[in-house]
Amino acid sequence: MIRFLLTFLILISLPLDAQELIIYSGRSKSLVEPLIEQFEKESGIRVRVRYGDTSQLAVALLEEGRRSPADVFWAQDGGALGVLSNRNMFTQLPAELIEKTPELFHSSDRTWVATSGRARVLAYAPARVAPEDLPESIYDLADPKWSNRIGWAPQNASFQTFVSAMIEMDGREKVKEWLTAIRTNGAKSYRSNVPIIQALAAGEIDVGITNHYYLIRFKQADENFSVEQMFLKAGDPANFVNVAGAGILTTSHNKNKAEKFIGFLLSTRGQEFFANEVYEYPVIDPVSPNPALLPLPELLEIMPQVNIDQLDTLDETLRLLRKVGLL
Amino acid sequence: MIKHDRKGIASIPWYILLPVILAGTGVLVPLVYLLVRAFEADAEALRTIVFRPRTFTLFLNTVALTAGVLVFTITLALPLSWLTTRTDIKGKKIFTLLGVLPLAIPGYVMAYALLGMSGPYGAAADLFGITLPRPGGYWGSLIALTLYLTPYLFINLRSALLGLDPALEETAQSFGYKPRIVFFNTVLPQLRPALYSGGLLVSLHVLGDFGAVSLMRFETFSYALFLQYTAAFDRIYAAWLAIFLILMTVSLLFVDARLLRGLRLSRSGRGAVKHTRIVPLGRWKIPAYLFLCTLTFISLIAPVGTIVYWFVSQPGTINMSGLWPALSGSLSVSVPSSALAALLALPLAYLGVRYPSAISRAFERVAYVGYAIPPLAFALSLIFFSLQAVPFLYQTLILLIFAFTLHYLAEAMGPIRSALYQAPPQIEEAARSFGYHPFVAFFKATLPLLRKGIIASMAFVFLSAMKELPLTFLLSPIGFETLALNVWSYTIEAMFAEAAPFALGIVAVSAVFVTVLLRQERGER
Repeated sequence: MIRFLLTFLILISLPLDAQELIIYSGRSKSLVEPLIEQFEKESGIRVRVRYGDTSQLAVALLEEGRRSPADVFWAQDGGALGVLSNRNMFTQLPAELIEKTPELFHSSDRTWVATSGRARVLAYAPARVAPEDLPESIYDLADPKWSNRIGWAPQNASFQTFVSAMIEMDGREKVKEWLTAIRTNGAKSYRSNVPIIQALAAGEIDVGITNHYYLIRFKQADENFSVEQMFLKAGDPANFVNVAGAGILTTSHNKNKAEKFIGFLLSTRGQEFFANEVYEYPVIDPVSPNPALLPLPELLEIMPQVNIDQLDTLDETLRLLRKVGLL
Repeated sequence: MIKHDRKGIASIPWYILLPVILAGTGVLVPLVYLLVRAFEADAEALRTIVFRPRTFTLFLNTVALTAGVLVFTITLALPLSWLTTRTDIKGKKIFTLLGVLPLAIPGYVMAYALLGMSGPYGAAADLFGITLPRPGGYWGSLIALTLYLTPYLFINLRSALLGLDPALEETAQSFGYKPRIVFFNTVLPQLRPALYSGGLLVSLHVLGDFGAVSLMRFETFSYALFLQYTAAFDRIYAAWLAIFLILMTVSLLFVDARLLRGLRLSRSGRGAVKHTRIVPLGRWKIPAYLFLCTLTFISLIAPVGTIVYWFVSQPGTINMSGLWPALSGSLSVSVPSSALAALLALPLAYLGVRYPSAISRAFERVAYVGYAIPPLAFALSLIFFSLQAVPFLYQTLILLIFAFTLHYLAEAMGPIRSALYQAPPQIEEAARSFGYHPFVAFFKATLPLLRKGIIASMAFVFLSAMKELPLTFLLSPIGFETLALNVWSYTIEAMFAEAAPFALGIVAVSAVFVTVLLRQERGER
């Protein structure tokens, strides 16, 4: 009881120290906490992190407006960054930070930069899908032979950004047809990517449209885990690479420290952490690669060339998903 | 018989009115916020987003799920509470504890556990070689929700059964009625307040749940609402969905109020309350144990077993150092908010029961509206409001506790209200007639009778607060840790083994808390 009271008193009496760097992180604590501790140790800057869901934090930032205590918003998904950038909530990043990354990995107005890549892949159950039956393109999944065998997560942010990319590449009509076809093909909707992988292992579905790193984690826990994943043919929308990224808020009083933090995320040290601990793609080259991942140049070759700036059209994507009855 | 009190609002003393108004204002703030956001919508957006067939489908799904869960929870909770209070089975305390504990398992963990048990890769297949069918959709949601909501009805019914005057039953029995008829004609009607408030709580939970339904892939209002906030950054449609949810809650409250009208169940006779009668079960004992054990197995042992299985499936890799700060964080918000919620519920329930009028009932209902406001919307409105009005409180523990208290007030209402219905007003009146100030009279005469109700109220709020996510996410001090935040943070990344110690922490702390409370309850007898 006494200890509880002490904690209580300490917590309510702690003033917000302006010297501290305040990060709103949509990247979950379980993934990035060691990296942030490392940054604190190396830079001597004290960091306080509000962990949460990317989009909830984005909505909270919108609600906080000019009174936000946050210095950096580190998002799991490019879409959320685009929304804040469109409302002029981010300040411009210095050129030396931006130029570290390939063009596809930062916004052209320099308001935010990708910190790691999250590729879309097709996961499948090898026990129920023969190698020669695997599709070449995401559009092949509309074939009736995939009826009731597909899993996807239309309500998941990664999926929606992927649809935005598809619209950008192939136009609204073609994407609408595809969405409708997959839907009438009896695709099962999951809340997010983890349940898709579990459903593949459980025999509920045979193929799943998902992000690349979840399966690597499952395999880490159980190397005999009976699911595999693959990229489709080079340039296919299926191989879209989503990003996690960060921006500095215009209301920040700690811009120097914030830039240092983003610089750290883009350093070899930070990038190797993403590749080897989080199993995400690095956005600078070269870093020592994780054998479970493609080297960055190869990834850049097979991923569709979609400009990251064009993906803030979430509204249109959502309208489409609603029209098709998926949202 | 003493006449029912009917007093105007003017006669309500300030020490009852003040907390009531406080709670009312607290709930009103998010409501105003939602209305402001909702009416930012233009006509075109309303037509294409709000008023479309999908909204109606969501409505039907929500109603069907609520009704189904109600039927199932009542079917389970009624025998459970009767067996653990009125029969000669052994281990009543243990079964009571086991009956309450599923509350300690967060809904989404329950759903994950059910999903994780089943299928060819599930725990059941791995351990016993049994491939269970994978639950999903309506039935999957129904099972997951029933399993973890049954305790709400159970606690309410149990405290009602314990507080029941056995004289009525004995009278009925002395007229030669069979025990079964006595139960249905005499006992069951007396359980109505508990049934209503437990049922109300269960319904509100179903309306608000998104963790279980989203994993089971069944689309309800709150699921759609959650998606709007998290996927679409769309605060307007979300506000509309929230308003629909609140309207559904208000209509439930209306039904509840109609059902409770004119109810008065306190003893009016003289003399001491007798101890409740124990029914010998005879040859029904074995089925009774079978029922209790099966229920315990499915609702508690299987999900907790699944979490343990996550834990042991990857030995050695798990870092437990975060456990202590998370635990103290959880306690530092759950303990004060459970106490505050019970404290605030007391005058609210007292007002509704002892000063029955349209206005007092409306005030009493305010607590439930606070509960019906989706926590995400609640949190956003408090961000908005606190930054405008009290910026120094923003992202402090005080604001978080305030939010928890207001949000979970409704959970504290039921048991206290049921206890008040059973506490005879005459004792308090007698105390007043001896010259005690009404305030003192309440403390001396009525409060001791509410003890069980207050204990149950605190247990409800505490258990919910331990699992809470959205309010903690958005309102907690920066860097604040709870067990639930950690469970979420790991499960979302498929790191189930790492999530396990935190999930087990929630279950363990809740078990300790409930045990202590149950012991308190025994001290009274």
